[in-house]
Amino acid sequence: MNTINIIAFFLVFFFRKPRRGDLPPIKWYPVLNAIAVAAVVVSILNYSVDKEYRILTSLLAVFPIAGLTYLVLTKPEFEGKKQVLYAWLPIIGIEIIKDLVELIFPVFYAKRADYFEIAGIFALIWAIAMWINNGKQAKKLEKDRLIAIERERELEITAKLKAELEVQVTERTAELLSQKEELEKALENLKSTQDQLIHAEKMASLGELTAGIAHEIQNPLNFVNNFSEVSNELIAELVEERAKDPSVRDESLVEELLADIKDNLSKINIHGKRADGIVKGMLQHSRNNSGQKEFTDINELADEYLRLSYHGLRAKDKSFNADFKLDLDPALPKMEIVPQDIGRVILNLINNGFYAVSEKKQGLAIQGNSEHASYKPTVWVKTKKLDRGIEIRIRDNGNGIPADIKAKIFQPFFTTKPAGKGTGLGLSMSYEIITKGHNGQLSVESVPSEYTEFIIILT
Amino acid sequence: MTKILIVDDERDVETLFRQKFRKEVRSGDLELVFAFSGDEALQVLSEDDPPEVVYVFSDINMPGMTGLELLKKVKDKFPLINVSMISAYGDTENYQKAMSSGAKEFFTKPIDFDSLKREIVELITKK
Repeated sequence: MNTINIIAFFLVFFFRKPRRGDLPPIKWYPVLNAIAVAAVVVSILNYSVDKEYRILTSLLAVFPIAGLTYLVLTKPEFEGKKQVLYAWLPIIGIEIIKDLVELIFPVFYAKRADYFEIAGIFALIWAIAMWINNGKQAKKLEKDRLIAIERERELEITAKLKAELEVQVTERTAELLSQKEELEKALENLKSTQDQLIHAEKMASLGELTAGIAHEIQNPLNFVNNFSEVSNELIAELVEERAKDPSVRDESLVEELLADIKDNLSKINIHGKRADGIVKGMLQHSRNNSGQKEFTDINELADEYLRLSYHGLRAKDKSFNADFKLDLDPALPKMEIVPQDIGRVILNLINNGFYAVSEKKQGLAIQGNSEHASYKPTVWVKTKKLDRGIEIRIRDNGNGIPADIKAKIFQPFFTTKPAGKGTGLGLSMSYEIITKGHNGQLSVESVPSEYTEFIIILT
Repeated sequence: MTKILIVDDERDVETLFRQKFRKEVRSGDLELVFAFSGDEALQVLSEDDPPEVVYVFSDINMPGMTGLELLKKVKDKFPLINVSMISAYGDTENYQKAMSSGAKEFFTKPIDFDSLKREIVELITKK
């Protein structure tokens, strides 16, 4: 009977020890201790009592082990230790049965003692097998546990990485957003700079025009003033003549004076309209929005801008002089164009022409070239009706355009003028106006040191 | 009879002068001829030898030959002919160039016909 109590006693200590990684089952220490004490007490009792009381102590001896079994099987704290209990249960059972049979049926027990011996051996084999198996399982569990810990650590690392990534993504997104905003801002700036440049170019060409405009307005205004003054004088003369006696009155003079006054009034009107047209043209030229297309007399436009350009340059530079020749086709049909845009192109090309011829003249003077005296700086403006559409040719006998530059002249910001003298936008804007704004063609022909001719074709 | 030449690329100048000097022309004291460019002016002057024109009034701002260039040429070829300038630009640069090239007077536009008339009347009476 002592075997099971010894087993119970040691199992208690085994169960008290926590499995690796678990908390010790402190909660059950008192119970376990009680079971150990009970096992010891029952063992001592078993030895000390007489044989006839053995039956009682043997029954008592079942309780400690039964209590321990119950505890281990039912309480979750001992979940990992059940295997050990299973290993021992057959031995415990066989011991209990053996003891009880020995006590109650001593004759039967003496006869069949070898059966119990065999059962005891099997139970021992079972226990050893379970013990080996348990060891394996424990190792496997330990391995699994380590793997699980490893996995958990990996998961933790992954989660940390994920969090870091998320932060990075957020940062990157913010960065990209701000970059996008910056780019949009830059684009906006560029657009407004472009607008400003276009406006500056317009204003620059208007600046070039100002003196010409002043002259072109001053002239008709002078005529308006002069003709009105002279008309007043004529009227005074008329009144004087009419005051005379009809017998001496010179009727032919009266008729002549009246005709002159009428003539003068229409001249005042013509010159007033001329000034009016120039102011309107100037306003149109400086206007920022792209204008409406309207049927326009291009001959008139070419004439007007040629004069503006010429007088503008004359007024600005006293030493400037050049001749210009207009060859306008009277059969030229009116074209549907944006007058201020085409006017700007014509003006730009004429200005370039005048610039080219004065450059050549100055160049010849500096070189002391004998050609200087005979060179006649001239700009030609020619219009012609084509089978389809019209052609405007603006030619100068300046230095011409070298072949290597010819391809670049329509590029924005390309200029051969010294810094501050040209924006480099005139020709590129002209090209844009003709090709994109009017579906026309703008081309250039040039022979270096002989001539340059720009050809506009509108259909 | 005093013959004067007026040079200006604006054709209405002729009408204006003819009306202004109607009386003088009528009375036969004055004869007006007009040219609309420097070249034309030189052509008019070389029509007669010696030229009948005694006084040239020229605009400065003209395409081709300017009034100042014409002044030099006239003074070169016909030193006896008086030349006065009429310009919309009364700046000192033009004035000095004109005067140093031998211009008699320098009138600014709009033309003050009273002073112009005085100049011409003086010319007529001198003769």
